[in-house]
This record gives sequence, C-alpha cells and structure tokens, in this order.
Amino acid sequence: MSLFNVMDIASTGMSAQSVRLNTTASNVANANSVSSSYDATYKARHAVFAAELNQASGQQNPGSKVKVLGIVESSKPLQVEYSPGHPMSDENGYIYKPNVNVVEEMANMMSASKAYETNVQVADTTKRIFRRVLRLGQGQ
Amino acid sequence: MAINLDKLMGFHHKALQIRTDRMEVLAGNLANANTPGYKARDIDFQKAMKSAQQSAGHNLTRTHDNHIKGSMQGTGELQFRIPNQPDTGDGNTVDVQVERNTFLDNGLRYQAGMEFLNGKIKGMKKAISGGQQ
Repeated sequence: MSLFNVMDIASTGMSAQSVRLNTTASNVANANSVSSSYDATYKARHAVFAAELNQASGQQNPGSKVKVLGIVESSKPLQVEYSPGHPMSDENGYIYKPNVNVVEEMANMMSASKAYETNVQVADTTKRIFRRVLRLGQGQ
Repeated sequence: MAINLDKLMGFHHKALQIRTDRMEVLAGNLANANTPGYKARDIDFQKAMKSAQQSAGHNLTRTHDNHIKGSMQGTGELQFRIPNQPDTGDGNTVDVQVERNTFLDNGLRYQAGMEFLNGKIKGMKKAISGGQQ
C-alpha cells in the first residue's frame, strides 16, 4: 500500500532536515571557537542532500525519498586575526577564527525548521487519511 | 442480474489509487524541497484516470516462453512540473507553497473519494440487509 510510502518519504525528509539543523547548531555553537593553527580551527559544516533513487528491482515508486549524502566542511578562508595578547595566539601572534557566517546559519536554521514542519504536516495528513481508510464501511 | 462488487467499487477504487500515487509524488517533492538539482514532479490526474479506465497498463506481447515479461502502468503520467522561477541557484524546482497546496487539495479529494466509496458500501449494506437494522 503506497500510503505507507508517503509516511516513509515524510520521515526521510524529517531526518534529513534534522541533520541539517544539527550541523547548523554545531556551526553556531562553534562560531567563536578560536584556535592557534589553521588546521585545528573549526570549519563550518553543511549537509548535502540528494534524492534517493528508486530501487532497480521490484516495482517503481512514484515518489522519491531524500537522503543525506554526507557532511562537507566549508572551504571558505578562515578569519585570521592579529592579537598577540590572546592566550590562543600562535608564535607570530595570530589567532584563527572559524569561517562560520552566523547570519547565514540563522537563515539556514529557519529554512530547515520550516521544511521539517512541512514534512510533519505531510505525515499528519497521511495519518488522518489512514484513519479514514480504516473506518471505511463502518457504521450504518 | 448478479450484484457485481467490482463494478460497484471500480471507478472510485481507481481514483483513490491515483490519488495515493499522487500523494506519494507530492510528499517526495516536499521531502526534497532543499535537495540541489531535484526537479519537482506531479501526476496528471486526468490523464492517469483516462488510462486507468482504458484497462490500465501496457504489456509486452510474449510469443515465446523465454521472452522477458514487460509491463508498464500507472506512473506513465508522471511529469516534471514547469517551475515558476526558472533559476533558483541550485537547480531545484520545488515551490514549497505550491506543493503544500497541491498536497492539501489532493488529500481533500482523497477524502471526498472515500466518502463516495462509503456511500456505495452503505447502499450495498442496506440492499443486503433489506433495510432492516
């Protein structure tokens, strides 16, 4: 029954968006994590989504699920700041700040939570329809 | 004339099947609202209904036992949506508002279809019981 597939699709959407929310939370939390070398500095992380292909065998489903292909670290240059008095500064007096754009992350968070909500609504509607299907033909 | 339950349900059953498929496609669109390169799709209900009525599916004719079975049905009417915004920057053509409305609309029509089926079943129950409680 393909109503179950609708539930499946909505749940993959929810889990994908929650991965995205997770990375956003981690980016915002680490926006000010200073370090003393380029490599050790936190770099903004982003989830990459992809539509899941239908299984080659068996019957084809019309809808496609979403999956998280992976999480990539942003390659934007880090902010290097000259601050010799900082306890984390390197031998030349520089500190390295993450390349997290907090404004961008906030926008990302709103988009992710909206998308999550939409998927919840899809699941909710499907549930209601399920109930109706189960009640079909009952009563006088 | 014998009562034919298949005939009684036939039309609405097919309509609900297409509605379910369409719901799945729309749920897929909504789940992939942020997937780069994803193209929104939809089922043309009218075309799907027409092909469902004309004895659904196209089968390959097999003239030998070793021939491969081939059949195609149902989702032939699956088409890509024409986007309102040609370029969103990442190749995604899902317009969440449009998809949500379409999903809602489809859900309501599904429920309407259920009402019709319910009415048919009620009528048949009444016919079977002869109107007695």
